[in-house]
Amino acid sequence: MDMQLQTSAFAYAPAPESRAIVDIAPSYGLFIDGEFTEAADGKVFKTVSPSTEEVLSEVAQAGTEDVDRAVRAARKAFEKWSALPGSERAKYLFRIARIIQERSRELAVLETLDNGKPIKETRDADLPLVAAHFFYYAGWADKLEHAGFGATPRPLGVAGQVIPWNFPLLMLAWKIAPALATGNTVVLKPAETTPLSALFFADICRQAGLPRGVVNILPGYGDTGAALVAHPDVNKVAFTGSTAVGKEIAKTVAGTRKKLTLELGGKGANIVFDDAPIDQAVEGIVNGIFFNQGQVCCAGSRLLVQESIEDELLDSLKRRLSTLRLGDPLDKNTDIGAINSEEQLTRITSLVEQGEAEGAERWSPDCELPSSGYWFAPTLFTKVTQAHTVARDEIFGPVLSVLTFRTPDEAVAKANNTPYGLSAGIWTEKGSRILAVAGKLRAGVVWSNTFNKFDPTSPFGGYKESGFGREGGRHGLEAYLDVR
Amino acid sequence: MSDKTDKTEQLRLSVFKTYKLYVGGKFPRSESGRVYEVTDAKGKWLANAPLSSRKDARDAVVAARKAFGGWSGATAYNRGQVLYRVAEMLEGRKGQFVHEVADAEGLSKSKAAAVVEATIDRWVWYAGWTDKIAQVTGGGNPVAGPFFNLSSPEPTGVVAVLAPQESSFLGLVSVIAPVIATGNTAVVVASERSPLPALSLGEVLATSDVPGGVVNVLSGRTAEIAAPLAAHQDVNAIDLAGADEVLAKDLEIAAADNLKRVLRPQPVDDWSATPGIDRMTAFLETKTVWHPTGSLGASGSSY
Repeated sequence: MDMQLQTSAFAYAPAPESRAIVDIAPSYGLFIDGEFTEAADGKVFKTVSPSTEEVLSEVAQAGTEDVDRAVRAARKAFEKWSALPGSERAKYLFRIARIIQERSRELAVLETLDNGKPIKETRDADLPLVAAHFFYYAGWADKLEHAGFGATPRPLGVAGQVIPWNFPLLMLAWKIAPALATGNTVVLKPAETTPLSALFFADICRQAGLPRGVVNILPGYGDTGAALVAHPDVNKVAFTGSTAVGKEIAKTVAGTRKKLTLELGGKGANIVFDDAPIDQAVEGIVNGIFFNQGQVCCAGSRLLVQESIEDELLDSLKRRLSTLRLGDPLDKNTDIGAINSEEQLTRITSLVEQGEAEGAERWSPDCELPSSGYWFAPTLFTKVTQAHTVARDEIFGPVLSVLTFRTPDEAVAKANNTPYGLSAGIWTEKGSRILAVAGKLRAGVVWSNTFNKFDPTSPFGGYKESGFGREGGRHGLEAYLDVR
Repeated sequence: MSDKTDKTEQLRLSVFKTYKLYVGGKFPRSESGRVYEVTDAKGKWLANAPLSSRKDARDAVVAARKAFGGWSGATAYNRGQVLYRVAEMLEGRKGQFVHEVADAEGLSKSKAAAVVEATIDRWVWYAGWTDKIAQVTGGGNPVAGPFFNLSSPEPTGVVAVLAPQESSFLGLVSVIAPVIATGNTAVVVASERSPLPALSLGEVLATSDVPGGVVNVLSGRTAEIAAPLAAHQDVNAIDLAGADEVLAKDLEIAAADNLKRVLRPQPVDDWSATPGIDRMTAFLETKTVWHPTGSLGASGSSY
C-alpha cells in the first residue's frame, strides 16, 4: 500500500480559524453569587492549550470554604428561583440559548484552545448541541406537569455538578439546563484542564440577567469536586467522569437523601455484520473511535467484525485512517486534535504498550506528530482477544481494538462481555437483525447504521457500571425532580 | 412650552397604514377590490380592511398547501427556533400592538399591554412544544409479539382557523400557534370586527423566518370566507373558534364532506390562562409503525 501517495493526495493548505475572536483574560476568579471572586485561600492553577502547551490563563482554585460559600449562595437563590413561574424560568433559559448561539464561534475557538479538539468539532458539534440543549429544556420549564412525573413536580434544591474535560461546555449544558428548567440552583465544578468555557458561561448568565446565585462555577481539581458532593446542604449530585470516581461519589452520598445520577465510562462495541454497507460502516467506525480523539465515554472502542468480511473491512478502514489529518486543532481541515493533557497521554501510552506486550498487533498510519503538545496517532489493534487489556479497559484515546465473531449470538455475547454498558453500534442492512440485536444489548444507547449521534430530545446514559440516570429528553427531567 | 409642542405635533400629519391580507408570504389586497370599515370599540373609524372573497380563501389554501411539505418536513427544533423568533419580533413591536389591541378591544393602555405580553409569552410557550409534543403523545407500544411498534404524531395538513371574535390578538395567537407548532399550515380568518392586530401579525410573521404560506391571514366576513374553507376538498381540518352556534353547525356539516377534523367552538372565559395541549392534538394524526424484531439465528432472521 502506497501510504505516501495517499497522504500527499490529501495535502491541504493550512486553514486556521482566527483566535482573535476570543479574548482570554490573564486570570479568572470563581463565580459565586453572581460575582467573580478569588479563592478564600488565594490558590490558583494554570490552564494550558494541549496542542501547544501554551499557558492560556490562571484560574482561581476553589477550596472547601469556597464550596461552602457557593452552596450557601445557591441555597439562598433557590427560594426565589424555584418560586418563579415556569414561564419566567423558561425565558431566562431561552435568553441563554440565544446568547450561546450568538457567541458560538467565540466559544468554539475557546473550547478548541482549552481542550485541544478540532475546531470542526467544536464549531459543528459541541456548540450547536449546547445551544440546542438550553433551547430544549427552556421549553420544559413551564410544561413540567405534562412530563409524566406527576401533576406538580417539585425541584430538589441545590444541585452539585461535576463535569469532565472531554466536552466541557456540552457537559455543562447537559447538567445546568435541566437543573434550572426544573427550578433547582446549581454549583458546578468544571474539570481542572478545561475551566475556561464554564467561566465564559458565567458571563453569559450575567448577560442574560440570571438572578445571582442561581448558577455558581467553581474551578478546581478532584478535591473540590469531592468537597462539593460531600457538602451536607447539596440535594442532588450529578457527575460525569470515570467509573472509579463515580463509585467513590456513590459511597460518599450513601446514607444521605441526595439524589444521584452518574454518567461514567464505557467500552462500546461497534458490531459490523457481513451485509453491512462497508463504506458507511468505515465512516461510522472512524467517527465512533476518533471523534474527539476517542476521548468519549460512549466511543465505539471495540470493533466486532463478522469474520467473513474482516480482511475487506480492515483494508478499507486502514485506507481511510491514512487520510485522517492530525495537527493544529484550530485548522478547519483537522480531523484529529491533541490529547487533552499530559496525564491522559501517559495513560493512553501505557495501555497501548500493555496491549502490545500482551500480543495484540498494533498498527497506525504514517502520521507525523507535532513537536510540542500532547499527541497520539490513530491506532488499531488487531488479533485482540477478550482477555486483552485493550479489549477490557476504557482507554479514552484514539485506539480501536478489533475482535471478530461468526454468529449474531456470538456478537451479542462479546458486546455484553464488559462491566460497562453505555453505547453500542450495529451495522447491517437487515432491519429485523438491528432490532433483534439491539434488544439483546445491555447498553443505554444503541446506534444502528450510524454512531455518536446526540440530540437534546434523546435520553443518554448507561447500564451497569456506566452509571445510572439519563440526561437529555423528557427522561432527563427526572434526575432533577422530586418524583416521590 | 406646551403650546409650542402641540403646534409642532399638529404640523406633523401621520401616515396611515394600508392594511392588507397576508397570503403566501405576500401582502395582497383582496382580489375582489372590496374593503370594509373597521372601527374602534367606540365606533370611531380606524381603517379600511380588505373584505376577502371566496377566491381569496381558495388562493390562501393553495399557498398553505404549497408550504405544508417544507414546514411539516422541517425538524421540530427548527420550527421551535422559528416560533421563538416570532416572539422576539413581537417584543420589539409591542408598542404597535398595544395600540391596536387597546383600540380594538376598548382596553386601557396598561390592560392592552398585559394582553400583548401574554400573547408574546404564548408564542414562547408553543415554541417550546414543537420538540416535545411527540414525547408526550407518542411512544413505543409493547405489542405481544416480536415487533418493534412506535406511534408518532404527525400534522394533519392544511387547517382553516376561524379566529375568536372577541380576543383579537391573544385569542388569535392562541389558535394559530398550536396549529403551526406541530407542522400544520394555516388559513386564518381574522376577527371580523377587529381584524387589524391579525393583519399586523402577518407583518411580524413575514420577518420572523416563518416560510411564506405557513400562516395566511384573511380579513372580512367570517361567514362568507368560512363557507368555502369548510367545503374545500384540500383543507384537512377546521377550528371553529370564531363561529357562532348556527354558523358552526353549518360549517361542521360542510366539513364532513371530506371528513375534516373539526374543533368545535368552546367557551373561553380567559384566554390568558395556560392552555392544555388539546389545540395541538386536535390537528395531529397518529402514525404507528411496525417492524419485526426477528430473532438471533445463525444468520439472523429471515425478514
